[in-house]
Amino acid sequence: MSGPVIFNTLEFDQPWTLDNYLKVGGYQALRKILTEKIAPEAIIAEVKTSALRGRGGAGFPTGLKWSFMPRTYKGDKYIVCNTDEGEPGTCKDWYILRYNPHALIEGMAIAAYTMGVKTGYNYVHGEIFEAYERMEAACEEARAAGYLGKNILGFDFEFDLHNHLGYGAYICGEETALLESIEGKKGQPRFKPPFPASFGLYGKPTTINNTETFASIPYIVREGGQKFLELGRPNSGGTKLFSVSGHVNNPGNFELPMGTPFAKLLELAGGVRHGHKLKAVIPGGSSMPVLPGEIMMETDMDYDSIQKAGSYLGSGAVIVMDDTVCMVKALERLAYFYFEESCGQCTPCREGTGWLYRIIHRIEHGQGKPEDLDLLLSLCDNIAGRTICALGDAAAWPVQGMLKHYRHEFEYHIEHKRCLV
Amino acid sequence: MLSDHVIAQIERELKKYPAEQRQSAVMAALRFVQDEKGWIANDDIAAVADYLGMAKMAVYEVATFYHMYKLKPMGKHTLTVCTNLSCQLMGANETLAYLENKLGIGLNEVTADGQFSLREAECMGACIDAPLMTVNNRRLCARLTPEKIDRILAKLSAGGELASGEENVR
Repeated sequence: MSGPVIFNTLEFDQPWTLDNYLKVGGYQALRKILTEKIAPEAIIAEVKTSALRGRGGAGFPTGLKWSFMPRTYKGDKYIVCNTDEGEPGTCKDWYILRYNPHALIEGMAIAAYTMGVKTGYNYVHGEIFEAYERMEAACEEARAAGYLGKNILGFDFEFDLHNHLGYGAYICGEETALLESIEGKKGQPRFKPPFPASFGLYGKPTTINNTETFASIPYIVREGGQKFLELGRPNSGGTKLFSVSGHVNNPGNFELPMGTPFAKLLELAGGVRHGHKLKAVIPGGSSMPVLPGEIMMETDMDYDSIQKAGSYLGSGAVIVMDDTVCMVKALERLAYFYFEESCGQCTPCREGTGWLYRIIHRIEHGQGKPEDLDLLLSLCDNIAGRTICALGDAAAWPVQGMLKHYRHEFEYHIEHKRCLV
Repeated sequence: MLSDHVIAQIERELKKYPAEQRQSAVMAALRFVQDEKGWIANDDIAAVADYLGMAKMAVYEVATFYHMYKLKPMGKHTLTVCTNLSCQLMGANETLAYLENKLGIGLNEVTADGQFSLREAECMGACIDAPLMTVNNRRLCARLTPEKIDRILAKLSAGGELASGEENVR
């Protein structure tokens, strides 16, 4: 569904072309900063005003992140876009590459100008090869038209952008694993500090942002940070892309103002399928704690509201489950995912994710023991916060969320050796 | 030995990275080899290592770390089904069972005629179009139904190919 910031070309038959992007004001922001020689500090101030926060899931303030880059550093520096979208439920960045790749290119060019960078990489999830091809074509198109390369638009400004295709590893969505992967290695996260702003790609200062974050930048520069902020709510500026999957009549990606009530989003997604009852919602991608439907129906879709309700906005991926879903089976699948995708570097995660999966698997298959539920929670305490990267937390949170709200279903499974639903 | 075609593809890819960072092209190089011959043998790993100036072990680590590489011979067409939560909710387990039944093979097996093999994947990042699969890691087939699967299998069996986006329409 179209929106003012990112999905602004959807009215066209071929929303992804340069011509159509230009018709909606595309590349005006880049032209403006080059023509008016706007100071990088002023752009960072504008991004701070917008209250844009990292759209990949962590929600870190973008303007602040940009200010960490050493502007006067003389050697090579990089910006990297994280389109390694593999958090179950999340598929918004796929749509940006498919339908408005030039918004990403322009956003990265502005970021490059601001941070004094000449080279950028866009790391694309391996399974969306067709979107990678479209992004490659869009870069060619931009290069030919003078929006990428040397002397961009005739000014003394150089920036080129290259796409790097992943090949099936969820962990590469973690920013330092992603850097390792671009360097041609196994995608295992690095210990921090040093942070990428001082030691990033090839050991050089690097800033990594999510696709949606970069693609929001042209609007902020063109229309002003204040206008972007006012699209959403204080501390949650702008619009957000929400991927609604699961048991709805019309699954899809929707660009909506931050703070839109969940009930409104559900309505736009066609409501719960075939008149079933809403049971539960994972509001921000599979790693975020699940919330009961009745809580979600009273909650708005922004960082603070969802946190108040007991979960996180994360990537904005909303997985809707109706009253036919067995929560033990749902959690078993998620636990298997984290077990499969753990990179194996940290013992609590490598061993703990397998342990979580095997326990939930035996509960699902009628072999659970009453003490298993406390054992699961104890395992979560020994994984979360004890690993190099957040995959450990991501594996623990869904288990904790499920046991907080649906413990009775797990107890029923253990006692009766079958589903409650 | 890498074919001229694969070398030409690797050379194009190398232009993306600083001259001294040839290793950055290793993921693409392995992909090109796999696209050409269907899988990656130890000899191919050695050839890629030689070409990029890497240790064979370092290339092997990459080939085994990322799920989409195939280190043993598979069918001419590899069908990879996502079974993660959003897809499971929309019937991906039934989709997989339909494919297994139709092809007469299980996961990671090859049909007797060598035409098809089946794999399972973690999240592909296209959850709103569940249930879904990829064909040969290149074509995403969305909102699968038995009719749609039959159509895709018939086309591939007859020697046809899927165009970009052909089965990714709603």
